[in-house]
Amino acid sequence: MTTLTLGKALNRGLRNALAADPRVVLLGEDIGTLGGVFRITDGLQAEFGRERVVDSPLSEAGLIGTAVGLAYRGFRPVVEIQFDGFIYPGFDQIVAQAAKLHYRSRGTVKVPITIRVPFGGGIGAAEHHSESPEAYFAHTAGLRVVVCSNPADAHVMIQQAIASDDPVLFFEPKRRYHAKGEVDEAASLADAKPMGIATVVAPGDDVTLVTYGALVQTAKDAAVAAAEDGVSIEVIDLRSLAPVDYPTLEASVRRTGRLVVAHEAGQQGGVGAEIAASLTERCFDYLEHAPVRVTGHDIPYPPAKLEQHHLPDLDRILDGVDRVLGRANSLSGVEA
Amino acid sequence: MTLSDRDATGLLTRPESFVQLVDETGTRRHDAEFDPWVADVDAAALGRLYRDMVIVRRLDAEGVALQRQGELGLWPPLAGQEAAQIGSVRALRDDDFAFTSYRELAVAWARGVPAEGLVTTWRGTASSGWDPAAHRVAVPQIIIGAQALHATGYAMGVRWDHSDAAAIAYFGDGATSEGDVNEAFVFASSFEAPVVFFCQNNQWAISEPVGLQSKQELARRADGFAMPGIRVDGNDVLAVLAVTRMALERARRGDGPSLIEAVTYRMGPHTTADDPSRYRDEAELAAWRERDPIARLLALLEGLGVDVAGLERETAEAADAAAAELRAACLGLADPPALSVFEHVYAEPNSHVARQREHYARYLALFADEASDENGAGR
Repeated sequence: MTTLTLGKALNRGLRNALAADPRVVLLGEDIGTLGGVFRITDGLQAEFGRERVVDSPLSEAGLIGTAVGLAYRGFRPVVEIQFDGFIYPGFDQIVAQAAKLHYRSRGTVKVPITIRVPFGGGIGAAEHHSESPEAYFAHTAGLRVVVCSNPADAHVMIQQAIASDDPVLFFEPKRRYHAKGEVDEAASLADAKPMGIATVVAPGDDVTLVTYGALVQTAKDAAVAAAEDGVSIEVIDLRSLAPVDYPTLEASVRRTGRLVVAHEAGQQGGVGAEIAASLTERCFDYLEHAPVRVTGHDIPYPPAKLEQHHLPDLDRILDGVDRVLGRANSLSGVEA
Repeated sequence: MTLSDRDATGLLTRPESFVQLVDETGTRRHDAEFDPWVADVDAAALGRLYRDMVIVRRLDAEGVALQRQGELGLWPPLAGQEAAQIGSVRALRDDDFAFTSYRELAVAWARGVPAEGLVTTWRGTASSGWDPAAHRVAVPQIIIGAQALHATGYAMGVRWDHSDAAAIAYFGDGATSEGDVNEAFVFASSFEAPVVFFCQNNQWAISEPVGLQSKQELARRADGFAMPGIRVDGNDVLAVLAVTRMALERARRGDGPSLIEAVTYRMGPHTTADDPSRYRDEAELAAWRERDPIARLLALLEGLGVDVAGLERETAEAADAAAAELRAACLGLADPPALSVFEHVYAEPNSHVARQREHYARYLALFADEASDENGAGR
């Protein structure tokens, strides 16, 4: 085991993928000499050369569109989108092209593209640098959408994403890039938990708290705080947003009878809406309370000085827990 | 001779060739085609251009300092690009409209944006710092190249309104690779929109050299879109003024768009979050220091017999005063109230946002109650 930051764990995972398969190529803006603005690809161009780790012209549509072409040619492109809010010029190539090609070609063309996206807020950044666009992609048939939350998962999941024959949107919680954790670099990918399976990161009996990305740590902290108050929270790190690992979620909700879903993205049409609806359908007879969502507001990501009022934090999650438990909370006496 | 004629010769697009009226040593280079466009620019006017550039350089340095001191979240320095920005913005008429990226401090300042507005975005108190209609400058654009289409659409509207105003789109060398910029060229050309595409080729898109974006001079991109492309020494404020005036005049008379490539250099980092020592040589910086836009103008003024010592002194005082004003405005920007996070999402009342606002207000009230309980307990 090695102690690595989440960013370094991604770097090592990318290195393994480049070493394991000569058809893996990394493409992005500033990923070569600079090693990426977050240094996730640091040193990889020096090690693997300019034809494996490629600085591209500034065009997200160009990056993803050429990745589709490279896939036609049998490559496994890994595209870095510099910041979440920069992905939209590439939206057509992701949603209308990469996502649909396997279907349109009746399974004859595989699109093993991984699109890495540093996402989420909490770093005091400028506009377009703190967004959570995952729901657009989870809504799109043909795409897999995964989110890592810790170094060990980051290391394994990036390799699994690259090995997948489907296009994968790989979201990285940028405010956790410097968080450290134990990583088993020698572990075999074959034995690793599939990236589509959720993880119960803290067991509990009273409330199921489902989240992903940077909020997993916040949720774990909330579970500790709630325990002091006599409430036992089971925290589940979703890891995959499309598809969702419903068996793991159902098993938990059937036990606790209470569901809270938290994410930084807005509420309307979000991942939380889908999970709340699906678990209501699947576990209706077990629910003691309507599912509760704790999310960012349905507003454009606000300027840095206001982001603490947008992002769910420990207190907002605990308020959601109080709601699902029917205890006094911010909406007591309000029609839900 | 039109820009287009000039461009057809290919004369201005050879690597070593650009429009230059004042060289690195401050010597006036006469140019039969472009001199008439700045015939009115006498020593006093040159002194004003000098003053503009010194002030924006000083404001820029203050912005960097404020970021280093933790008062601003980020700052994208313009150092090195003073002539490109001042020369072009001073060519605009008051009713022209500028669409900028995030680095055009000089454009916003020259269009009268108050000090507070120049730092708002970077202090993170609001997403933009001014009313575009009041200054005829759009809100700054961070998405690379998106504003080129906005400038084009604005210019199409100007044309359809039978006005002789124009729009100018500022973007960098990196942006020329984005679809939006190329699509803007197509629309502007197709509709003969009165827009000037002003590309500051500062040689670097964060760590990527301009050669990655284009294998030939960026100005030559214009050929394929049937518009004139002109390459100008972007560190020569007089030449930038001349070519921008010429391109604006072309737009006003209904002949459509032009592309100007102002060859300049980003002396600082991409932003204060960047470390250029990872990707470029000190020697390159030193070479560009020799081509400083302010030093050469001062040398020109000295040659014209201007009391440059006096000018330098007065200008430095004005620049320091502007910097002090910027600092005071920055420190005076209060954090916005929590519930303002819900403002301006829609132009019309919106039930969904209203409900979320109400819920969040109730949530915040819990803490207000707790705080007052704690205060009570402490007494």
